[in-house]
Amino acid sequence: MKNFAALFTAVDQTTKTNRKVAALAEYLSSASETDRMWCIALFTGRRPKRAVTTTQLREWAAERAGIPLWLFEEAYPIVGDLAETIALVLPPAARKSDEDLSHWINFLRGLSNVEQEERRALIEDAWNQLGDVERFLFNKLITGGFRIGISQKLMTRALSQATGREEAEMAHRLMGTWSPETHTWLDLVEADTGADLSRPYPFYLAYQLDDPPEELGEPKEWRAEWKWDGIRGQVILRGGEHFVWSRGEELMTDRFPELARLKDFLPEGTVLDGEILAWRDGPLPFNTLQARIGRKNVPKKLLAEAPVALAAYDVLEWQGEDLRYAPFAERRAQLEALATDLPKDAPLHVPEQLSFDAWNTLKTMRAAAREAQAEGVMLKRATSPYLSGRKKGDWWKWKIDPLTIDAVMIYAQQGHGRRANLFTDFTFAVWKGNDLVPFTKAYSGLTDAEFREITTWVRKNTVQRFGPVRQVTAEHVFEIAFEGIHASPRHKSGVALRFPRVSRWRQDKPLAEANTYEDLLQMLETYG
Amino acid sequence: MALTFTDRGIYCPTGDFYIDPWRPVERALITHGHADHARWGHMSYLCTDVAAPVIQHRLGDISVQTIGFGEQMDINGARVSFHPAGHVPGSAQIRVEVDGEVWVVSGDYKLQKDGLSEPFEPVRCHHFITECTFGLPVFTWAPSAQVIDEINAWWSANAAAGRSVILGAYGLGKAQRILANVDTSIGPILTHGAVEGTNGVLRGQGYDLPDTTLVTSETNRKAYPGALVIAPPSALGSAWARKFGQHETAFASGWMRMRGVRRRRAADRGFVMSDHVDWPELLCAVKETEAENIYPTHGYTDIFARYLNAHGWNANVVPTEFGGEQLDVDEADTTPESAA
Repeated sequence: MKNFAALFTAVDQTTKTNRKVAALAEYLSSASETDRMWCIALFTGRRPKRAVTTTQLREWAAERAGIPLWLFEEAYPIVGDLAETIALVLPPAARKSDEDLSHWINFLRGLSNVEQEERRALIEDAWNQLGDVERFLFNKLITGGFRIGISQKLMTRALSQATGREEAEMAHRLMGTWSPETHTWLDLVEADTGADLSRPYPFYLAYQLDDPPEELGEPKEWRAEWKWDGIRGQVILRGGEHFVWSRGEELMTDRFPELARLKDFLPEGTVLDGEILAWRDGPLPFNTLQARIGRKNVPKKLLAEAPVALAAYDVLEWQGEDLRYAPFAERRAQLEALATDLPKDAPLHVPEQLSFDAWNTLKTMRAAAREAQAEGVMLKRATSPYLSGRKKGDWWKWKIDPLTIDAVMIYAQQGHGRRANLFTDFTFAVWKGNDLVPFTKAYSGLTDAEFREITTWVRKNTVQRFGPVRQVTAEHVFEIAFEGIHASPRHKSGVALRFPRVSRWRQDKPLAEANTYEDLLQMLETYG
Repeated sequence: MALTFTDRGIYCPTGDFYIDPWRPVERALITHGHADHARWGHMSYLCTDVAAPVIQHRLGDISVQTIGFGEQMDINGARVSFHPAGHVPGSAQIRVEVDGEVWVVSGDYKLQKDGLSEPFEPVRCHHFITECTFGLPVFTWAPSAQVIDEINAWWSANAAAGRSVILGAYGLGKAQRILANVDTSIGPILTHGAVEGTNGVLRGQGYDLPDTTLVTSETNRKAYPGALVIAPPSALGSAWARKFGQHETAFASGWMRMRGVRRRRAADRGFVMSDHVDWPELLCAVKETEAENIYPTHGYTDIFARYLNAHGWNANVVPTEFGGEQLDVDEADTTPESAA
């Protein structure tokens, strides 16, 4: 574990990507094969099965630290990470261990076979022989979520450096279902055959278009389509089976049983990229799809209320052939061809492209995106290949401007993790007569300097405390941006916003000029 | 009550004086020179003879009376004395006794010895007003020598690669603590003006600090490869710092104990070094006062008060405008102009 801890420390202690890649590549060239495999697995979101519940871990850690459990629970949100909180409160280790990463992973896998009491003794014994960083990593192995500054892209680059193989190939090989428990290093990075049928292609992601579209050049070189507000998904039909992958590489096949019917209409060796949307004679609002998100088993009633379909916009594989390097216009033609003659109730739609011959025409269309249940326009260069990851140049998302409302800050709470010592979480209200009605919480959107300023202000203007929440003097007006609004009986104000965030601090705006509850209801009427 | 809490600060009705007040008052007793404790605008100041030069340096033309550590003074019937707090050179806890009731105001303090500040002395009292900037069990400090070793190792590794390092540290206290302890054979040491001003004052008082070179607009900053540059935290990432060419950055702060904070500040390294008490020291200090009534002033006050109340103390949070160790605010540069 020492080498792995050293790798983690090296990566964690630098903000420079090249050094992170170098440290990773060095580890991937020198560590044992199983350690290498686990390293890749962990940093790409794969982990051993959890053998201990986090509740147990908290209790054991608090007891070892000699502090009451409530105090541990208070500290946890401030630190923002359970594994780290545990590592920080435990007394120093009494001895040292020379075991490697694979040892500790096997140790954790072995835990499921022992009795509860023994499990606890084993965990505590492990804590007692691991250094600070090793202990944090050990806890991470149990709690999961190894998000520690190594992106898939960075891992791909390091793997490419360590093996001398192409990055794009490595990116593809790391996708989908594999595990150090079933695959060897050879299977993963070198073998030419035996790739899993379910293996998805790396997703191509667009950058936000901030400059005027005129700077992209001639309109005729570009294709435009609605930017749907659903779940990005890749649907794979191979070997008589179908697989549905999310952008986060989660297998969602069982969550969207409607898509199984695609096998009736499309041949094997087909891979489509698109957006999963709630659909009935056309796309339904995101709010309808919301009910399906996170549901692993879908009851019949919900299937009827919120049916989904794939709005496809690209074809990556056709008749078993990888099409990603063909120009987008060709892939699009193929997509339209394969979707002709589909019955109306097929769970697949290929929405028409937006035809335009001048940027101004497209601007006008984009302004009407909300009515089309879209959140803007996608621009794709007609000649573009399907690249992997977020790349600039060929694909752009051009979102509509968010809705905004000016609101008064009435509660503030300290942030956690990266923002533990600043007030960053606020509750906002609008006027209803002389009263302020809270309607949303919002984070982010301010600069670090503004957070510092508001933090100092909150400290001096606290009216009342409710645990960690401080009621503050109504004084500051902020502009809240959001993507949508809908009625919600669960919220006191009767409305819920989609993606609310603070867009700017209206220091120019007097308190009395913040928006009213009437304004909010008017927006619900118009956009809800 | 010998001491009360007002919107101007901690007040002694008998003696008619304030301790570290945050609004202008007639008579202020000052624990130490950090800007959230020693503010501009009071009619008269009382502080230790050791703390006075820095306070005068920072606040300019003020009326200062000094007192030695442990020396007793009677102010209108209140008996007052100053005792080492171990926070920065000259920093004190202030003991106030009225009719046999003893109060101690901790100011900021630490139990760890830093090789420069007068070591903390526990003072018995009935009422203890304490900071708890780091009043959570996740905050525990490694021995000072170990952190200094880490800084030395980081500096020498970078020096060997021909890179300079810039270390962000408070201009009063942390900067000198590092200066007094690092291995000066590794390379030259450069300082930012906000640090060097305090250095000059402390050297004048006889504190032993190694030689440093002040960075001015004329300094050729690339002529010192392998240098250690000590600057206030706000200088990191600034145009000032970029002129050093290839360099690595680090912060020295208790907040560096939390990975999230370390990453938000986007420095290459974070050294966990604080001039405040950590959790075990805080509990130890509270016990050693033998006080029954504890008043946490700044930091994780609600959580700490709950802990104390659950463990036999009578604790009440007192809201103040003290800042503690603030990574995001430069405590140092309160000049008469900016404070006014």
